[in-house]
Amino acid sequence: MDKLAKLGRSSLDIFSGMGAALIMLLQSIIGKPQPAKSFPLFLRQMYVVGVQSMLIIIISGMFIGMVLGLQGYTILVDFGAEQALGPMVALSLLRELGPVVTALLFAGRAGSALTAEIGLMRATEQLSSLEMMAVDPLRRVVAPRFWAGFVSMPMLALMFTAVGIIGGYWVGVQWLGVDDGAFWSVMQASVDWRADVMNGVIKSLVFAFVVTWIALYKGYTAEPTSAGISAATTSTVVTGSLAVLGLDFVLTAIMFS
Amino acid sequence: METRKTEILVGVFVAATIVALVFLALRVASNTDITRGSTYTLSATFDNIGGLKVRSPVKIGGVTVGRVSRIYLEGEYYVPVVEVQISTDYDALPETSTVSVLTSGLLGEQYLGVEPGFIDDGIMMLEDGDSFMNTNSAMVLEELIGQFLFSQREN
Repeated sequence: MDKLAKLGRSSLDIFSGMGAALIMLLQSIIGKPQPAKSFPLFLRQMYVVGVQSMLIIIISGMFIGMVLGLQGYTILVDFGAEQALGPMVALSLLRELGPVVTALLFAGRAGSALTAEIGLMRATEQLSSLEMMAVDPLRRVVAPRFWAGFVSMPMLALMFTAVGIIGGYWVGVQWLGVDDGAFWSVMQASVDWRADVMNGVIKSLVFAFVVTWIALYKGYTAEPTSAGISAATTSTVVTGSLAVLGLDFVLTAIMFS
Repeated sequence: METRKTEILVGVFVAATIVALVFLALRVASNTDITRGSTYTLSATFDNIGGLKVRSPVKIGGVTVGRVSRIYLEGEYYVPVVEVQISTDYDALPETSTVSVLTSGLLGEQYLGVEPGFIDDGIMMLEDGDSFMNTNSAMVLEELIGQFLFSQREN
């Protein structure tokens, strides 16, 4: 009986947590739009969340593309099919690695920072002070960060993919000697705009939504102690990464099967 | 000054995204698919379509002119019918044309090869909704081996 109660209690906790997260999200993003007031805040967060993540995304994309080019070449050359390097690099980046690795890096680079920032705001009672001044912290603090994360992650994923393909081209064509024309033309023949590029963008929109949401909720509900903020930050990265990988499987099964 | 710097850097961020998107659109993805323009539909009946799939290419002399749009079974004998969409750039195929299920390379993907037929008085051109009269089905490796073994035994 005790075990059953424990199971029930933990399920109730999970569901009420999900409900609270949904309410927080809806309260922060639904309301009368005030572009004059919220756009500068949004811009500021685009800088913090998007621009400052650009460097790590571009460098990781470059290296992942280069490794794909190198590994793909050593396997494909055994079958005399090194022209297939182009589509291999492009499709794996567009469909999987671009959205997924960007989301994982984003959870570590930007998500953890969002959680720690909001958690510390709560711990130092800045959020309560905002409420005292009749400013809704959800609209003022959470909403711009949510939109900035939601918009900037797909943009980062596109950059990651493009840079990765250039990295693969650089290793495959310039270094290992795959034919230049074949690399691009075979790639163009097998990459479809709607089925591959757009599905990758849809994937990364879903990941952006989930990762930013988790980061903000964990920060907003963090226990206002140093241990609580540290636990919330860890939990953002762990939960965010697991959610991305799990959702990736579901989305891939729906889109490409 | 701080805001100005932020604005410029976010502008750089957006510009970099647009560059990446244009690169993916023009250099990586194929947006010159032959069936993007106006097409007309023809159909063909086979005994066996082998590994043909929806979106398999339709080629004349190796040049892609269209794609398979639908595959289904028809009638009480369940005859496979393949519907293809062909670009209206190539709308003068005579009704004597032959269509076969072919394979690119030894192990490659399967496609429909169209061999344009002769043109003479009283030969009509195929129009939207018409079907090919002459078709060759896919070669199935097992059947070929079976025929070979059978002919060996006769000798």
